[in-house]
Amino acid sequence: MIGAVILGGYTIVSNTLANLDKQGIASGFGFMDTTAGFAIIMHLVEYSEESSYGRVFFVGLLNTVVVSVVGIIFATILGFIIGVARLSNNWLISKVATVYIEIIRNIPLLLQIFFWYFAVLRQLPGPKQSIELFGSIFFNKRGLYTPNPIPDDGFGFVWITFFAAIVATFLIRRWAKKRQELTGQQFPVFFTALGLIIGLPILVFVAMGMPLYFDYPALTGFNYTGGMVLIPEFICLALALSIYTAAFIAEIVRAGIMAVSKGQSEAAHALGLRHGPTLRLVVIPQALRVIIPPLTSQYLNLTKNSSLAVAIAYPDLVSVFAGTTLMQTGQAVEIVAITMAVYFTLSLLISSFMNWYNEKMALVER
Amino acid sequence: MTERKSDSHELGSHPDWSPPASTVGVLGWMRANLFSSPLNFGLTALGLWLIYQIVPPIINWAFIDAIWSGDSPDACRNEGGGPKAAACWIYIDHWFNYLMYGLYPKTEQWRINSAYILLLGGMIPLFIPSFKYKGWISVFLLFVFPVIAYFLFAGGSFDLAIVETPLWGGLFLTLVIAITGIVVSLPIGIVLALGRRSDMPIVRALCVGFIELWRGVPLITVLFMSSVMFPLFLPEGMNFDKLIRALVGVALFSAAYMAEVVRGGLQAIPKGQTEAAGALGLSYWKTMGLIILPQALKMVIPGIVNTFIGLFKDTTLVLIIGLFDFLGVIQATFTNPEWGGFHTTGYVFAAFIYWCFCFSMSRYSMHLEKKLHTGH
Repeated sequence: MIGAVILGGYTIVSNTLANLDKQGIASGFGFMDTTAGFAIIMHLVEYSEESSYGRVFFVGLLNTVVVSVVGIIFATILGFIIGVARLSNNWLISKVATVYIEIIRNIPLLLQIFFWYFAVLRQLPGPKQSIELFGSIFFNKRGLYTPNPIPDDGFGFVWITFFAAIVATFLIRRWAKKRQELTGQQFPVFFTALGLIIGLPILVFVAMGMPLYFDYPALTGFNYTGGMVLIPEFICLALALSIYTAAFIAEIVRAGIMAVSKGQSEAAHALGLRHGPTLRLVVIPQALRVIIPPLTSQYLNLTKNSSLAVAIAYPDLVSVFAGTTLMQTGQAVEIVAITMAVYFTLSLLISSFMNWYNEKMALVER
Repeated sequence: MTERKSDSHELGSHPDWSPPASTVGVLGWMRANLFSSPLNFGLTALGLWLIYQIVPPIINWAFIDAIWSGDSPDACRNEGGGPKAAACWIYIDHWFNYLMYGLYPKTEQWRINSAYILLLGGMIPLFIPSFKYKGWISVFLLFVFPVIAYFLFAGGSFDLAIVETPLWGGLFLTLVIAITGIVVSLPIGIVLALGRRSDMPIVRALCVGFIELWRGVPLITVLFMSSVMFPLFLPEGMNFDKLIRALVGVALFSAAYMAEVVRGGLQAIPKGQTEAAGALGLSYWKTMGLIILPQALKMVIPGIVNTFIGLFKDTTLVLIIGLFDFLGVIQATFTNPEWGGFHTTGYVFAAFIYWCFCFSMSRYSMHLEKKLHTGH
């Protein structure tokens, strides 16, 4: 059997080398330094047509990560809301949530992406008839234009205060926990943290004379210039991924909450805990233990599904690297291998982070 | 009320009183489920508002304002030329054959239809609880039917004309990919799952590596690989069909997921079963085939069906490598200059078809789960 595997591997390698040789395709990773020569509509780092394929790879990777992170955040929020709504005592709300889940789960994601892109976002009005919000946010078929905040001199102090407040909150929490264990007295950590992390930077911001101005988008000619722009492809992909994954997360959340037996909350009530602390200290920690493992696989799925970007030409890794770059260089083996390795690594990173979190939340058995 | 006063002084039995009107019947139900607290009241209002915002426009779009008759796209357009804000069902009517069969020659479509009838005819007895020969029917559907279907679809023998695979398309192609994926991925998945639990380190390492690699990457990259890398692996002159390359990619991909589902079942079988089979003198394959797998597979049927649903939804991805599956042909109709612009109608129709397939599969899996739940 081992012999068969080795023989098979040898045949594949020799065939591949012969084929590459015949088609005059170079091999190796030298192409990463060659000039790419095509433009990318969304790049978070410096990029131009003179940039190399290595830069293309980096831009694509960043775009994949950004859309995945945004998708994960919104899917989690929406999924938790719908999951809780499904368990609601209110018959109407729980039915609405059920209908949402059953419809969204059973329709292919690619179809949903196409729907949002071609049937919704492409049908929006042009720049001149943009949908306007607060006079400074514009939404049209070219994307979402918002004011771009530009920090002035002295804004650095706000950042410094912000990070200092986070560190201080961390220390206060430790101190409060210790004090509660020793004396039983509680300290309002949450409100202190709120004041420190949000209030203090605002105070510093005002004291420094508000060192921030906004760059507003303005209609010049046929399109808006200035401001910050979210391209429709990004909005569509993030929207479709969040809506689709939220349906799965909702089911996971529902199963997790149902897994906590009713006796737990009854016992907590009997101990004199009010509704809020019961939920926060008794039910949610136990539900999370059931929720986290399947939630991890949903996050992984979302990240992998973000590769559907190629269908609507959002410039993610698969689209610009395994698509355009592959077509231009023809180096299929290297490029597909790199792309797969990247997704594989992303998967490993997410699952090891979630495993770490799961271990932290797991039941400590004595 | 007057009755109560007179009765309550006397000893003896009294007829039961009916509960207060506000706790029973429709009113009571509404009070308990919709208006039990101010928060609940607010939620009900929110729910009603959501339904009001969503449902009437959808009904208007799909039925009341929709265009049901006519034979040219002009019926669906405004004066200005843009599509009307309503469903254009004549678009579906016009393209129906293309959506179902792709470019498959009209004179040969009876071959597809007869395969459908054969498949349905084979599946119906499986849903009848008292039917006896389910085992034979399953063997026929899993092993004999695919062979018959292949000869029917591709042609080239038995006096059937050859139909090249680029002509295959529409819902037919989606079903071909999904069913092939299902039929092929289950046995490969079982072998991989057994390999992963094997005592031989090299076999185990190979299986773990295969499963984890396939599960760690998106299907698109697998399809890219099968469409651009496989041709390089083959010796010169040998060339696989594009459809077969996609099928190999889809089947291997779902086999990896299937393997993990089956492994879950294998792990749930107590070790005593294997040991008892060993004590009876059964070989490894007999132990697995007669004792372990029947129990394990039965346990994970819902998981297997869920993998099938995922596979069915994932078949849409083949349009990215240029095959015209159901969603692919819908996309293709939009490029027609005459019929362009009816995106919403097309997508809603496609969504409805996909939803019907996936929803019925998931209901069936829930039904099985309940039926097989023999625990306490």
